[in-house]
Amino acid sequence: MKVAGTLRVNGTEYPVELDPHVSLLDAVRDEIGLTGSKEGCDDSECGACMMLLDGEPVNSCSYLALQAEGRAVTTVEGLAGDEEVGPLQRAFLQQAGVQCGFCTPGMLVSATALLRSNPDPTEEEIRIGLSGNLCRCTGYRGIVRAVRQAAAGEVPPLRTAPVHEDTTPPHHAG
Amino acid sequence: MTRSFTSAATLDDALSALSAGARPVAGGTDLVVGARQGKAPLPQAIVAIDRIGGLGAIETTDVGLRLGTLVTHRDIVASDEIRTRYTALADASAIVGSHATRAQGTIGGNVMNASPAMDTGGPLLCFGATAILRSSTGERSVGLEELWTGPGSTSARAEELLVAVAVPVPPAGTGSCYVRLEYRRQMEIAVVGASAVVAFDGDRVRDARVAITALTPTIRRVPAAESALVGTEATEDVVEAAAAAAAAASTPISDVRGSAGYRSAMAAVIARRAITAALTRARGGDVPIPASPALHGAS
Repeated sequence: MKVAGTLRVNGTEYPVELDPHVSLLDAVRDEIGLTGSKEGCDDSECGACMMLLDGEPVNSCSYLALQAEGRAVTTVEGLAGDEEVGPLQRAFLQQAGVQCGFCTPGMLVSATALLRSNPDPTEEEIRIGLSGNLCRCTGYRGIVRAVRQAAAGEVPPLRTAPVHEDTTPPHHAG
Repeated sequence: MTRSFTSAATLDDALSALSAGARPVAGGTDLVVGARQGKAPLPQAIVAIDRIGGLGAIETTDVGLRLGTLVTHRDIVASDEIRTRYTALADASAIVGSHATRAQGTIGGNVMNASPAMDTGGPLLCFGATAILRSSTGERSVGLEELWTGPGSTSARAEELLVAVAVPVPPAGTGSCYVRLEYRRQMEIAVVGASAVVAFDGDRVRDARVAITALTPTIRRVPAAESALVGTEATEDVVEAAAAAAAAASTPISDVRGSAGYRSAMAAVIARRAITAALTRARGGDVPIPASPALHGAS
């Protein structure tokens, strides 16, 4: 039997009707339609599904969606606020912290949680802070550099290509 | 039976739900993951206990520590009282899962999951912790050695909820340590673990507790290892003998993480490191928290 509830994701309230066994990840992706968070292992091993729950990191694949009612859920889509991409995301682009990109949403969420609790982490602390997130491309060095850069607050704006009507292909930075 | 989910606002609500057959969930880091892995399906009736007030506090009193069942591993690691007086417990909570596991996973869930490989179990057992179990009909206190009856099983009744873990105050000057053999730093489960809690009287060991993890069907203390230490000056030979006793008490299984033979061989090494680090701390020396990575590469 489905249970009615409300999930607050990135500041927006979404009424949902959920089977009690549905995970927070499935609810956010399939019911709400925010597909930034990924399902990698579905087993709390890989961190691709990482979200913040009242500011604390959670493997959303292994958290019951209905338990999140009344809590503030933050996904990768909510990290930058009103900006298109925030400084951490820009640093990932500039430091080549993105390869295939599948782990990136979880990495960004974990790095956000890390920087909130430890605004100036050492490389070792970054590696430990992100060790619940696996990158199958093994692109960890760029990811660590990006978090260092974001922590140092030295992330310039992205270079933007001139826009010509609708004929310009989508812009890819990095 | 249809699936149901309720979020308990009060302890009484939760206990009523348990009496009616629901099973509790707090952080979900064992229950939901276990279901994903096919260990046990998710319960049909679930009662979330994570909103109940008053169950998430670390209280220190004259008689000891009271960990509310909703205290997270992160809370434990952040507690100065625990880092100072119950150091082995901080060693353990600091290496549970990842930052997400430590932010969501609770001490109550960890204890009731009753894994023989759980990190916090050995330290709690050595410190003499008891489980406070509450049901709609009353409350009882059960030592962890009686609570854990086998891998994943406890002596708690289905209608009982673990509301707190009580840990008596260790004597002044106690040093303690938990060490595990791990293949990686995070998202790891103990291949082999050992805990030691020691107190000196002058140069001699007055009291010693040693427990082994992932080496027996339930985490257990090893009296032969403890008596090898008590009354001695804890020289290297003595520590070696105590570690050998810990290994001798092991009856490990073979699984994907290690063969029984490998676990038995490593039991002595890990026990020696845990005992040595506990002695160092009891003598006032510094061993970082968590001890495990710090001691990797040690002899």
